[in-house]
Amino acid sequence: MTVIGWLQIILFCVVIVGLTKPLGWYMTRVFNGEKTFLSPVLRPIEAGIYWISGVDERREQHWLTYTVAMLLFHVGGFLIIYGVMRLQAVLPFNPAGQTAVAEDLSFNTAISFITNTNWQNYGGESTISYFVQMVGLTHQNFLSAATGIALAVALIRGFSRASMRTVGNFWVDVTRCTLYVLLPICVIYTLFLVWQGIPQTLGDYVEATTLEGAKQTIAVGPVASQVAIKMLGTNGGGFFNANAAHPFENPTALSNFVQMLSIFVLGAALTNVFGRMVGNQRQGWAILAVMGVLFIAGVAVTYWAEASGTSMLQALGLTGGNMEGKEVRFGIVASSLFAVITTAASCGAVNAMHDSFTALGGMIPLINIELGEIIVGGVGAGMYGMLLFVILAIFVAGLMVGRTPEYVGKKIEAREVKMAMLAILVLPLMILGWTAVGVVYPAAVASMANAGPHGFTEVLYAYTSGTGNNGSAFAGLTGNTLFYNVTLASAMFVGRFFMIVPAMAIAGSLAAKKSIPPSVGTFPTTGGLFVGLVVGVILIMGGLTFFPALALGPIVEHLAMNAGNVF
Amino acid sequence: MLREIRPAIVLLLVFTAITGLAYPLAMTGIAGAVFPAQAQGSLIEKDGKVLGSVLIGQEFKEDKYFHGRPSATLAPDPNDSTKTVSAPYNAANSGGSNLGPTSKALADRLKEDVDRLKAENPNAAVPADLVTTSASGLDPDISPEAAEFQVPRVAKARNMPEDQLKQLVASSTQGRWLGLLGESRVNVLALNLALDRASAK
Repeated sequence: MTVIGWLQIILFCVVIVGLTKPLGWYMTRVFNGEKTFLSPVLRPIEAGIYWISGVDERREQHWLTYTVAMLLFHVGGFLIIYGVMRLQAVLPFNPAGQTAVAEDLSFNTAISFITNTNWQNYGGESTISYFVQMVGLTHQNFLSAATGIALAVALIRGFSRASMRTVGNFWVDVTRCTLYVLLPICVIYTLFLVWQGIPQTLGDYVEATTLEGAKQTIAVGPVASQVAIKMLGTNGGGFFNANAAHPFENPTALSNFVQMLSIFVLGAALTNVFGRMVGNQRQGWAILAVMGVLFIAGVAVTYWAEASGTSMLQALGLTGGNMEGKEVRFGIVASSLFAVITTAASCGAVNAMHDSFTALGGMIPLINIELGEIIVGGVGAGMYGMLLFVILAIFVAGLMVGRTPEYVGKKIEAREVKMAMLAILVLPLMILGWTAVGVVYPAAVASMANAGPHGFTEVLYAYTSGTGNNGSAFAGLTGNTLFYNVTLASAMFVGRFFMIVPAMAIAGSLAAKKSIPPSVGTFPTTGGLFVGLVVGVILIMGGLTFFPALALGPIVEHLAMNAGNVF
Repeated sequence: MLREIRPAIVLLLVFTAITGLAYPLAMTGIAGAVFPAQAQGSLIEKDGKVLGSVLIGQEFKEDKYFHGRPSATLAPDPNDSTKTVSAPYNAANSGGSNLGPTSKALADRLKEDVDRLKAENPNAAVPADLVTTSASGLDPDISPEAAEFQVPRVAKARNMPEDQLKQLVASSTQGRWLGLLGESRVNVLALNLALDRASAK
């Protein structure tokens, strides 16, 4: 670890905290339906969209209607992705002549993109056409991100409203989020990325003759427009197989830094939206502090582990850290930081191969996802995930003092706690359940690329990433098989929607409650005690659930590595 | 509930048109006009032929050129399409080795490469990036140490003084962005082009 390395990490944190407040202010205005500086241009488009789709923007929805609207939207999104992948051979913008994608891979990819996972069983440049990249993937990157944010805002309204039956209008929230937040940022962001060197063309793959006279086919495409939303929307599905490690997806140290910022920025801003909507911004800062504590701890461990390298490298006299599966322009620090950010949020883009990380360096990304991706988290998903843990923490605090727990003026009662537990239990069910199947079913075992404990970790990581809707991978695992395409799709689907429905039930139940003013007996939720309590609950829940699995994978591998064992 | 079906269908189509077609196509048009070189892939041309992209590494095997990092990219086996074969710097199928820290395959590969490089230049420590594969398999860069390590071999093959090559490496080295972000690096293709120009004089 070096001073300049830590300076890069600190700079990142400072910029994120600096952007949280202004962006939170802007997003609050957007979701409250107020005028913004973009309204003169966008308002006519917005009104036109409501008119042709028959949406009455003043009519709000009950939480159940809101949820059903969201689900209907995703059925359509699924059909579009599946359809364009199966039909890509006859659709335009296919200069590389890609043929129809197989049924199971199309199914997996469609589920993957509607759930904001963006797991890459497809090979990007070697599997799908420009048309599928744009109409299937870029499009769903916007909508799954907008959906996540809309759901988080609906849950926040549950806290901020009193004695109401409705939580907002899903169509209005998605439309405003896409038009006022995602699209304007992406337009500027795309141009920045092209300036840095990311291609944006519909032309053919380039045939080059190298300096030594060999042939090299260079895949290009409309990359920048896809990368912008893939990062901002914490989607993470790459244009290319190597994702953000590919020089065309992430050409410079500066593009890398901005991409890391764009993973976190909307999720961080949502904590401020929460604070503003419940009438006290310090409530938002307290949640960001919980995230910050867990984040810095994760960065420190991964950076230390990767900078220390492996005993295999040290035995050969190779110093300078674990560079296997990393790019020179990013080095150890920017690769470690990116890995922690992408898994703390549910982004899943990678600028280094997590499969080649050291045992402990690769364990942190795994833990980040297993804790529920609540360290900033996916856009929206991180916020509602964190609020579920806050409900549990408040409940625990209430048990300790024997009072009905309250949070931002709402009594937390049996229904909320049951729903929160229901949502959180989805993680171990899918992650541990499917991993258990994956390590005994012969066709699944054959997919492991590494032997020994590392092979186990590859399978554990796959279901962790799928259930958490992350999308990063220990990519040695051959995921494009019938078994993994189907089981991972089920993990992604359950991990997304079985978490959303209980969260929305909480939103509805809270919105209907009266708001009670704070009294002397109210547990203050803006101070260090609260932050410590929530961090503790998150770590205890995650630790109790996943420690045995981690012991079989990365922990035993670390011990084996230090003992000089190879597999 | 039924009245949510119309917005579901119409909004999906509208947003497909806006975010799936209008946005990427408009960005393609604007980017092509404002940053034409980058939008096409930062290509380098020589005598009307495309030599490659400055951002995409290419394979160098000859002694007279500086070599890039090992690459783990694959290509379909021409004899059996269900299998793949090693194809370094295949820019149509990016990817890393994905070998873990206790992989025997990785240990064997590292040992072989380190031994070969030690034989080539016994006077310097082998830089880690010269024997480890990159994440994309297309890394265009090596560390300044990895470039300096190769100076004796290139000097011998080209019959050039080592000092001149060291200067060339130094002038091709790009520092951190604003002295802070990323790592110092040398673009291998750019260095080799500069080398060819220097030899031609």
